[in-house]
Amino acid sequence: MIETLVFYFFAAVLVLSSLAVITVRNPVHAALFLVLAFFTAAGLWLLLEAEFLAIVLVLVYVGAVMVLFLFVVMMLEINLLKIREGIWAWLPFGALLASIMVVEMWIVLGSERFGLAGMIAPEAHPAGYSNTGEIGTLLYTQYVYPFEIAAVVLLVSIVAAIALTLRRRKGTKSQDAAWQVAVKRSERVRLVDIRPAKRAER
Amino acid sequence: MKWIKDFFKTYLLLELVQGMALTGRYLFARKITVQFPEEKTPQSNRFRGLHALRRYPNGEERCIACKLCEAVCPALAITIDSEQREDGTRRTTRYDIDLSKCIFCGFCEESCPVDSIVETRIFEYHAEKRSELLYTKPMLLAIGDKNEEQIAADRAQDARYR
Amino acid sequence: MEYFQQLLGPAWPVVWTLVKIVALVLPILGTVAYITLAERKVIGYIQVRIGPNRVGPRGLLQPIADAVKILFKEIIIPEESNKFLFLLAPVLAIAPALVAWAVVPFSPELVLANVNAGLLFILAITSMGVYGVIVSGWASNSKYAFLGAIRSAAQIVSYEIAMGFALVGVLMVAGSLNLGEIVKGQHGGGFWNWYFIPLFPLFLVYMISAVAETNRAPFDVAEGESEIVAGFHVEYSGMTFSVFYLAEYANMILVSALCSLMFLGGWLPPVNIAPFTWIPGIFWLLGKIAFLLFVFLWIRATFPRYRYDQIMRLGWKVFIPVTLVWIVVVGAWMQTPLWLW
Repeated sequence: MIETLVFYFFAAVLVLSSLAVITVRNPVHAALFLVLAFFTAAGLWLLLEAEFLAIVLVLVYVGAVMVLFLFVVMMLEINLLKIREGIWAWLPFGALLASIMVVEMWIVLGSERFGLAGMIAPEAHPAGYSNTGEIGTLLYTQYVYPFEIAAVVLLVSIVAAIALTLRRRKGTKSQDAAWQVAVKRSERVRLVDIRPAKRAER
Repeated sequence: MKWIKDFFKTYLLLELVQGMALTGRYLFARKITVQFPEEKTPQSNRFRGLHALRRYPNGEERCIACKLCEAVCPALAITIDSEQREDGTRRTTRYDIDLSKCIFCGFCEESCPVDSIVETRIFEYHAEKRSELLYTKPMLLAIGDKNEEQIAADRAQDARYR
Repeated sequence: MEYFQQLLGPAWPVVWTLVKIVALVLPILGTVAYITLAERKVIGYIQVRIGPNRVGPRGLLQPIADAVKILFKEIIIPEESNKFLFLLAPVLAIAPALVAWAVVPFSPELVLANVNAGLLFILAITSMGVYGVIVSGWASNSKYAFLGAIRSAAQIVSYEIAMGFALVGVLMVAGSLNLGEIVKGQHGGGFWNWYFIPLFPLFLVYMISAVAETNRAPFDVAEGESEIVAGFHVEYSGMTFSVFYLAEYANMILVSALCSLMFLGGWLPPVNIAPFTWIPGIFWLLGKIAFLLFVFLWIRATFPRYRYDQIMRLGWKVFIPVTLVWIVVVGAWMQTPLWLW
C-alpha cells in the first residue's frame, strides 16, 4: 500500500522532471531537473530492491557526470533565440525520429519476453540478501569476459582521450613540483663571506 | 641514493610532519595575549594618542595661533581661526582637530614653538557619531588640563633628546 | 514506550524513526557549534594567543552568542540572482552532510539504518554535497561566487576519485560494504589489528582528500578569502550563510567519523585488555573523531593554501596513482600467508 503510493509519487516526479528537462528555457534549470530525474529514478530502483544500481546511479550520474555537465552549461552563454530559429524547418524530421523511437520501444516492450505477462514480479528476498554481493559474484564468474572487455574498452578510451589532448609545445615553461620539493638550500644559496669595508675616515 | 631518500621523504610526508610538530609545540607555548581592558602593554613616553592643548602654570593658554601646526598637518585635520585679544596678544578663536582625518604623525607637536599642541597617551577614546570626532578648542584644552601632570612628565623625560 | 506505541498505532514506526533522527541530528549540530569554538581556540593557541574568552567562562558560550547574532542578521538576496536556487543552495549543501549519518554506526547496535551497502550509500550521498556549492555559485550571479563554485566543483570531483579508491582498499580488506562489519573486521588484540597499518598509504590519501573534499585549509581555494573574497558564499548573509558554515563543519565531523570507523577501529579500544575495555565503545569512537577533528584544525593552523593547479596535480598525478598501486599491492598481499589482518 505505502509502497504503491511511494512508487506513484516517484513516478510522477520522474515524469514531470523529465518533461521539464526538455521544456524549460534555461539550460542550467534543465540540467538541474535532469539531476532530479536521475535521483528519482534511483529512488524507483530502490523500490525494486536494486539498491546497488540505485546508489551507483546517484554516485556516477548525479555525483560526477551531472556536475561536469553543469560545469560546462553554466559557463556557456547560450543564445536561445538563435537555437530556436530553425525549429519549424526541422520539426518534421524530429517528429519522424521520435515516432520511430516510439514504435521501436513499443515493439520491444510489447513483445512476449518483455511484456507484462513475460515479466513476473520477482519474489521478495530475505532480509540478509546482499544485492551488491550478488552482482559482484555474477560479474566475476559468469560475465567475467564481457566485463573485462568492457573495462579494457573504457581504459583504451581514457588513454585515447588523454593522448588526444597531450601535446608538447616548444618554449613553454612548466614546474616540476617533485624537483622543486627535493631542492635543498645548499643547492640554491651560496653564502659569501663579505668583509665589511673599512670605515671611511671622517 | 638521493633518489631513494627523496622518495621516502616525500611519501612519508616528512616535511609536513616537521611543520606540524612545530605548530604542535607552539600549542603549548606560553601565551602572550594581553587581556586588554584589565591588562595593558607598556607605553612609551613618546606615545602619540589623542591631542591636547596645554596651558602655562599660570593658567594662560600656550597657543599663540602661529598656525604652524595647521600648515604642517599632512592630513589637513587642523583648522585654526585667530583674533587679537583685548590685552593685545594673538589667540585662537577656533582650534579644531578632525580626528577622523588625523593620522597621528605628531608633526603638529614637533612644529609647535610653544609646546602647546601635544599628543597624549590616551588612545581609548571613542565616538558614536562622526561629528563627535571633531575635537574643538575647549575640548582639547580640557584634555590638556586633565592630563597636564602626565604630559609634563613625558615632555621632561624626552627633553634631553631634543 | 509501549504506551506511546499503543497510542500512535500504525504511525508509531514513523514517529519513532523521526525521534531517532532528531536524537542524531541535534548532537551533530551542537558539536558543529562547538567545533567553531574549538577551531578558534586551537588556532589561537597555536598562534600563541588564547582565542575567545569573554562570553561565558573561558569563552564557552561564544557559539551561542554567534548563533544569536547570525539569527538576527538580515538575509540579503541579490537583485539579479536566481532567487529560488539562491535559497535552495544552502539546503542542498547541508542535507547530504546530515543524511549520510543515517548509516554511521556508533556501536555494534547503535545505528539508525543498518544498510548492507552503507559505504556506497555514504559515497553517493556525499558526492551530492557539491551541488550546494555549484548552485550557490551560479545562482548568486557574481564573479567571485562563480569562480569559487567552479574551483570547488573541479576540486571535489577530482578528490572524490582518490577518496573512493582509498575506500576500495578498505572494503577489499574488510570484505563488506557495511560499516559495522568493517569495524568488526578490525576486532582483535588491539590497534595493530586496525586497517590503518596495512592500508597506511590509503589512510593518508583518505585523510588528505577528506581535507580537500570539505574545502578546508590548505585546500580552501573554493573560499580563498584572500583572492576571491569568500568564494561561493560571498553573496550569502545571515542564516543562509550560517547554513553553509554548518554544512562545512558537519562534513568535517562526518569524514572524521568515517575515517575512524574504517581505519582506526571505530568503537574498538586501542588495546583489548582490562582498563581499556571498561570504557564503553562509543567513547572510544567519539575520542577518535575528536582527535581527527583536532588534526583538521592543526593542519589548518600549519599549512599555507595550495595553488589551484597544484591541487589538481596532487589529486590526479599523485593520489590516484598511489591508491591504485596500493590496491594492487594489498590485493597481492592478501593472497599470501603474510597477511595478518
